[in-house]
Amino acid sequence: MRYLTARKRAEGKGAAGTGTHHHWHMQVSAVALAFMVPTFIYIIGSSLGQGREAVMATFARPLPAILTALVLVVGMQHFAKGAQIMIEDYARGSAKKGFIMLAIGVSWAIAATGLYALAKMAL
Amino acid sequence: MAEVKRVERPLSPHLQIYRWHVPMLTSILTRITGNALIVSALLVVWWLLAAATSDSYFAVANGVMTSWFGDLAMTLSVLGLWYHYLAGLRHLYYDAGKGLDLPTAEKLGLACIIGSVVLTVLTIIIV
Repeated sequence: MRYLTARKRAEGKGAAGTGTHHHWHMQVSAVALAFMVPTFIYIIGSSLGQGREAVMATFARPLPAILTALVLVVGMQHFAKGAQIMIEDYARGSAKKGFIMLAIGVSWAIAATGLYALAKMAL
Repeated sequence: MAEVKRVERPLSPHLQIYRWHVPMLTSILTRITGNALIVSALLVVWWLLAAATSDSYFAVANGVMTSWFGDLAMTLSVLGLWYHYLAGLRHLYYDAGKGLDLPTAEKLGLACIIGSVVLTVLTIIIV
């Protein structure tokens, strides 16, 4: 028998290993994306299928470039944290850790690749 | 002193014994659409990278994105995105402690499904 209170044993053992910060981050990024995504859909949707010159001209303009960059960074972080929730439900132990690392890594890689492409077209 | 009890319990969410209903269906769809959107993100970023790189690379990416596969993938992406969008707004409403009674929750769930289809059709018409 260990001389620990029930509270002490439970602390830090939540699904995320941390407290409410994860949930708060999801709420903040969700609201931010709710404002940005309709315009983002319009920008991407109207550029898809156009020639390279037209696409480059679109993303050389400030609003499409900045908005797309913001949606990529915020969206990919929202994805990483959302995917983490799913992984925590279905995987345990080292597999859980590995998949969460993979989700975070893939998210940053996609965001960084998108930012590189945008910078090259915008500057 | 509280003792840790070791009892064999079924793992949550223990899907086998549940009848499918609207809040359950819309909840799982939120997860599926949210995670599936990574494919859409990959495709769009690949296309952006190709546009930033060279004419020949863009021709490949543009060819894929405007093919029947690209059209299908982008249409499903828009549907998934709008569904996740509406379900996310519903989640924020739930988080505020509202709409949690069953009749309201079922109405909100149906609104997410029907609304996402309507918004997808509107997107295809407008964009």
